[in-house]
Amino acid sequence: MAITLTINGTERTLEAEPDMPLLWALRDLAGLTGTKFGCGKALCGACTVHVDGEPVRSCSFPVSAADGRDITTIEGLSADGSHPVQVAWRELNVPQCGYCQSGQIMSAAALLARNPAPSDAEIATAMSGNICRCGTYTRIRAAIHRAAGESS
Amino acid sequence: MNGLRRISRREFLQRTGQAGGGLVFALSVGAGCSRTPDTDAAPVSAAATDAFMPNVYVNIRTDGIVEIVCHRSEMGQGIRTCLPQVIADELDADWDRIELKQALGDEKYGDQNTDGSTSIRRHFDLLRGAGATAREMLIAAAAAEWGVPASECATREHAVHHEASGRSAGYGDLVALTDGVAAPESPTFKDPANYRYIGKSLDTIDGFAMSVGAANYGIDTTLPGMLHASIERCPTHGGAVAAFDATAAKAVPGVVDVIRLPDPEAGKAPGFLPLGGIAVLATNTWSAMQGRAALEIEWAPGPNGAYDSEKYREELAASSQKEGRIVLDRGDVAGALASAARTHSADYYAPHLAQAPMEPPAALAQVGDDGCDVWSCTQNPQATRDTVAGLLGIDKTRVRAHVTLLGGGFGRKSKPDFAAEAAWLSRESGQPVKVTWTREDDLRHGYFHSVSAQHLEAGLDGAGKVTGWHHRTAFPSIGSTFDVNAAGPSGGELGLGFTDIPYAIPNLRMEACDAKPHVRIGWLRSVCNIYHAFAISSFADELAHLAKTDPPAFLKQLLGEPRRVDPADDGAEYGNYGQGLDTHPIDTGRIAQVLDTVAGMAGWGRRMPPGSGLGIAVHRSFLSTVGVVAEVAADTDGRMRVVEMWMAIDAGLVVNPDRVKAQLEGAGIFGMSLALHGEMSATDGAIVQGNFDTYPVVRMSEAPRAIHTHILPVDAPPGGVGEPGVPPVAPAIANAWFAATGSRLREMPFRKAGIT
Ligand code: FES
Ligand code: FES
Repeated sequence: MAITLTINGTERTLEAEPDMPLLWALRDLAGLTGTKFGCGKALCGACTVHVDGEPVRSCSFPVSAADGRDITTIEGLSADGSHPVQVAWRELNVPQCGYCQSGQIMSAAALLARNPAPSDAEIATAMSGNICRCGTYTRIRAAIHRAAGESS
Repeated sequence: MNGLRRISRREFLQRTGQAGGGLVFALSVGAGCSRTPDTDAAPVSAAATDAFMPNVYVNIRTDGIVEIVCHRSEMGQGIRTCLPQVIADELDADWDRIELKQALGDEKYGDQNTDGSTSIRRHFDLLRGAGATAREMLIAAAAAEWGVPASECATREHAVHHEASGRSAGYGDLVALTDGVAAPESPTFKDPANYRYIGKSLDTIDGFAMSVGAANYGIDTTLPGMLHASIERCPTHGGAVAAFDATAAKAVPGVVDVIRLPDPEAGKAPGFLPLGGIAVLATNTWSAMQGRAALEIEWAPGPNGAYDSEKYREELAASSQKEGRIVLDRGDVAGALASAARTHSADYYAPHLAQAPMEPPAALAQVGDDGCDVWSCTQNPQATRDTVAGLLGIDKTRVRAHVTLLGGGFGRKSKPDFAAEAAWLSRESGQPVKVTWTREDDLRHGYFHSVSAQHLEAGLDGAGKVTGWHHRTAFPSIGSTFDVNAAGPSGGELGLGFTDIPYAIPNLRMEACDAKPHVRIGWLRSVCNIYHAFAISSFADELAHLAKTDPPAFLKQLLGEPRRVDPADDGAEYGNYGQGLDTHPIDTGRIAQVLDTVAGMAGWGRRMPPGSGLGIAVHRSFLSTVGVVAEVAADTDGRMRVVEMWMAIDAGLVVNPDRVKAQLEGAGIFGMSLALHGEMSATDGAIVQGNFDTYPVVRMSEAPRAIHTHILPVDAPPGGVGEPGVPPVAPAIANAWFAATGSRLREMPFRKAGIT
């Protein structure tokens, strides 16, 4: 079926099976490979995007449910990599392999959008759906605090 | 898009048009077009006037850009930053005028297998040489042009200078003059006092790309018209397809083809070859997965169909109770135990583990008249090339193994079976094919870290000094992946934290016991050091408590006088990670220093609240030593919380301190994951775990509130960094748990004790 959705500010029509997860529609049909596949079962957060501003695990979100909605992926979080979360990530050299970081950044950006100054406990709650196998958690936590400082 | 070139912010803006809303699609179009990642490092025509290529790692262009070739794979350890740091430093090149290229798999680069924490420790001089050679040749070219002695010229900031005459020439301008300049036989290295980049925490070269979703991994590679493949493989190791029906699969929208992969040859070691099975090829990944789910397959389970990990555990434990092969023998251990004032024995067990890199194995291949191009997240591009060539039956000069970024490796991606699958399917289908493993594929069909059982006995004298230590280890060998007759631990594996035990115990016997594999066995970050360090550092802690001695003091006593240990003195076959004991000694003084440092960092000896404890472990592996102190608390419901961690490393010379610290932080979490949660089990030959629900890893909610790291300033050649942080983590946590609760953890993962 034809699904019309807005991806990073541009309206797109994708021809997809309705049950295809948004993740694969983004990666294989829209050519946006910044959103990653890690588990396919909403267990790791690598595929996190924003749907109408809310963080969503795109591997477990049918593309048909995205019809008519506003999707932001890592490629569209900012025009030039200048979102405070992206900046903080670079300043603290958070990424190791980097693979989980699209999802981490999208989760962190969503957290800061609704809670501009999260505590460690709030960060743990918001970020525990995002696995980093390289183990960058302590830097992620510090980078969120740093980004919060910048955005407040 | 050039897959592995560094993407600067400026370039990102150029590429994406630096406009408002529409720009991201500009990027996506670029990102999708990874047909020609810049992995081909060979300059097409390096006529001396176009570019100056003093060796395979350096290419200087007339525009002054220094192209540096990274022949090692980036999987998060930071080698794409550290490697050019070394070359650029020796070359006196400007960091901003460097372009990084990723090498294809090719013997001309020397060893490219990115494992064993070798990238710096075994290549530091090679990389320095690559830079120094280029520098001396540029000086020679300038000196000849100016008619002055080369000894009067020096390099600084991307140019050669002749102070006496005030002349200088930029590197780009000198390219045309390098024709006929001979390479020095042995270039002179810089005085370390003049290092500009070595020892500095330069930012990660791929950091910008990673922060904007523009970093290209194996799973992200695309070609026009490519098909996506998902493969159903036999649940049991060594099994094969008996019969299958693809009718329903072919009816799934998007499915294009169903192809049977060649079965593994019966009775042969698996090596790096594909596992066989049935592949579904489709126009997108989801359709391929759906088609695969619709396959009907009957399996012939093969020789391991009855494998049950619980039963196997008993066999392994029994094997560790029986006399094994003596691999190190010092003094008279039987006599020492017989005459000891007190003896103690314990058994340790650790299960199979999966590496579970965040990016599952993925590869894209295109087979055509000109051979095969394969793009993959490989740690081992030369083995990728060899394996693909072997499977396709073509000469390896016709295989181009491109290396993408790796979304983690941890040893899994040293084995190129997934790249070989893609190559096979591309040839059979006549299309470019990308193979994407699911997480379930990754966990069920991996090359597993070995299961192990160990038995230890020790004798103490009246003063609480250890007089005898008798230790047996039983585990199926990685060798079995390459040789069906491999029955047990090899000398190389035993050199990973077993025969290199540094303790000054007068009577010491180490034995290896046989064990047969029932799954593919492979490397996992720090390999056998994981279970050996767990047993040795835990058992030492047990003895410290028996002797009523503070563990750090007890460990110091075990380490004995500062001295250099050579396991060969006690009959061990010991390879010291492929490097000399003269340059990289087992130096008990240095190990003790790490111990003291980390104990000091953690404030060892401070009063702990009830239900909390500190645990310590120090372990040398990959020619570096890491000490860990863990603070652990038992919550009111009896569950374990790792509150804080301190880690100190002696890695000799360090190229990028921040990346070393990052590796320690990561090792702390990785070590926690395997200590607390990690287990792969099997029933009826099939792996039970399938995803992160059944194979949990540490998440933010479990991460310690801080992991403090410290690099000891040691004037010594570089040791390894990626792996040595892992082994001491599990025993430090177990020892802390004992300090907190009085209960001893001798089995990994600790969650088996119902405490996580
Ligand atoms: S891939 Fe979606 S949560 Fe893991
Ligand atoms: S940086 Fe590698 S998985 Fe997070």
